[in-house]
Amino acid sequence: MTGNAVDLTGVELAIEARGLVKRFDGFTAVDGVDISVPKGAIYGILGPNGAGKTTTLRMLLGIIDPDQGYRRVLGAERPTDVARRIGYLPEERGLYPAMKAYEAIGFLAALRGMSLKEGRRKGREMLEAHGLGYAADRQIRQMSKGMAQTVQLLGTLVHEPDLVVLDEPFSGLDALNQGKLERMIRDLAAKGTTVIFSTHVIAHAERLCDQVAIIAGGKVPFVGPVDLARDRLRPQVRLETRAQEGAWRAALPADARHEGSFWHFTLPETGVEPLLRALIEGDAGILSLSIERAGLHDAFVAIAGEAAAKALEESPGDAK
Amino acid sequence: MSMFGDKLQAMLVIARRDFVAVVFSKTFIFFLIGPIFPVLVGGLAGSIGGKVQENVDRPTIGLAMSADDSRALLAARDELQGRVPGFIPDIVVLQDVKPGEEFDARAALANGDTPVSAVVEGTLDAPLMTAPRERARQWVGIVSNLAARAKSATPTAYPEVAVAEVATSVAKVKTGQIFTAQGSQVVLFLLTMLLAGMVLSNLVEEKANKIIEVLAAAIPMDAMFMGKLFAMLAVSLVGIAVWGGVGGAIVLAGGRALPVMSVPAVGWPLFLTLGFLYFTMAYLLMGSLFLSIGGMATTVREVQTLSMPVSMFQLMVFFFSSYALSSPGTWVEWASIIFPVSSPYAMLARAAQDPQVWPHLAALGWQGLWVIVIVRSGAQLFRRTVMKSGPATGSRSVWARVFKRAKAY
Repeated sequence: MTGNAVDLTGVELAIEARGLVKRFDGFTAVDGVDISVPKGAIYGILGPNGAGKTTTLRMLLGIIDPDQGYRRVLGAERPTDVARRIGYLPEERGLYPAMKAYEAIGFLAALRGMSLKEGRRKGREMLEAHGLGYAADRQIRQMSKGMAQTVQLLGTLVHEPDLVVLDEPFSGLDALNQGKLERMIRDLAAKGTTVIFSTHVIAHAERLCDQVAIIAGGKVPFVGPVDLARDRLRPQVRLETRAQEGAWRAALPADARHEGSFWHFTLPETGVEPLLRALIEGDAGILSLSIERAGLHDAFVAIAGEAAAKALEESPGDAK
Repeated sequence: MSMFGDKLQAMLVIARRDFVAVVFSKTFIFFLIGPIFPVLVGGLAGSIGGKVQENVDRPTIGLAMSADDSRALLAARDELQGRVPGFIPDIVVLQDVKPGEEFDARAALANGDTPVSAVVEGTLDAPLMTAPRERARQWVGIVSNLAARAKSATPTAYPEVAVAEVATSVAKVKTGQIFTAQGSQVVLFLLTMLLAGMVLSNLVEEKANKIIEVLAAAIPMDAMFMGKLFAMLAVSLVGIAVWGGVGGAIVLAGGRALPVMSVPAVGWPLFLTLGFLYFTMAYLLMGSLFLSIGGMATTVREVQTLSMPVSMFQLMVFFFSSYALSSPGTWVEWASIIFPVSSPYAMLARAAQDPQVWPHLAALGWQGLWVIVIVRSGAQLFRRTVMKSGPATGSRSVWARVFKRAKAY
């Protein structure tokens, strides 16, 4: 890939991966991915379906091994050695349908090294704390999809992991529960837990992440803070003038597009002042002028390309 | 905790979940009662018992006394039957012996046409029992009691029973032990065939529920395989305990003993212990193989398709072991002992015929090693071929996934 857009020298990393490659029957699903996730950060892997997000996460978790490359998770070269310090919510959620909610959380806790009894006790507590205490003794098969998803999320966190890996955690949740999940992720990070999640929803990455890795076609063309991704694009100018013609038009940049009474163009390298001077001198009649910083979506288009952006928009699931 | 400790704990978590899920399900009752019906029907029809009795030592006493004494003894037996605890052997009249007439008891015992285990001659006051030592020791009290009751309904004295021991011939012992070996192989085969096949579909639930990925991320795959295997073994042992208990209760309630098989070379206590251990090993070996194969299946339909070839494989293993039994000391026997999945059958048969104990320790170690090898290989194969994303993974066939030849579709 990619160099990381941020200098992480001296920063303690929860995850460090270099040159990860994974091929399936001749198809390269992940092609040389580098990722560095600082401890305590909220880190997003942003990309359309089929971009290689899940495969990357699976390699980081040790579910599958990379064909090439190197990974270190919580200081261990074999992620399975530190499995008890990790919480994982896969994209395809699943619990045993005959288990009761508190039993399911207890079972997931026991898988991560807690005693079953303690896991079940904490399961009841967590369900109570998240307003699902009334459903603690209800079987998973009797629950709505959203409730079961919440139970699984609680099971992911019950053992208080140092690293939480969430694969498309917002898919299938309504707006209310998406908001709750966002708060939960922020709370985890505030307590020092590292959170890495994949998403195809730009808005979530934009709102939550300290850093993002933009992934498309198995490659990661950008890694760094969301602001830095946006700064890859120059700000956009939206100008409204009373006059439509005049000598002042020569001062507009070459990429200026005219839509109604508005002009749209990228802020020139020289800044906005020379343009303003030309508009005033040319009596263009400035009605409004706004300079907007590029959104993550525009940055994504610029970084990953139009095709990836289109795929991202077409990814099934939530509002972007 | 050590790596091994972590694995053990993970294994127990999975084993506990699976065991509870199976044993406390409503369908488990059908699993328990299922095999009892054919056994009951078969037993009542006499087909099974009749077959077995052809080849085993019958618990029957033959009489060669005067007609009056014989009649009195038969009446005493009928009277005692059901009134005294314990087993009273059947009695048949071999010959009404007239005064001065001779009867060759040893010849009668050796003669296959008169299937008795002991012969009683003499009179009610001085009975003489000719029998192998074991039988003589077992029945001398019974014969004395019967003779006393044959003389008087309220006996005050019990006659001394003279014993003439016969040594069972080596050939007969060998033949009996071969029958014991064959019988134990059949029982072992039936149990494994009946129970190990369940493991085939053991991972389908996890795949269908999508929980497999959570398990794969949380615990080592071989711990999961082992946990599932031991859970199903425990379920099977519960079944065997119930079936054995019910069968034993029926026999006790009937007041009759099952036909007695020849004492195996290592003795009954060790033979039964080895039987349990070899069942465990046969189950784990077959189960680990089936779990690995079944793990490749993505749907119940695929599992059903695999069931038949898997049953055929078990049959072939059984036939191989049975054939090896008829070729002692040849390469065939050694091959069946060394080939991991036939080894438990071959070694159990050996326990019936050879008193040496140390080969069993070696065999159990060898079989245990193979369980670990198969489980680890199966877990790695599962991880490599099933736990992956990418195009068309979910819809590819078992063989495509194993051999990577089929095109994705």
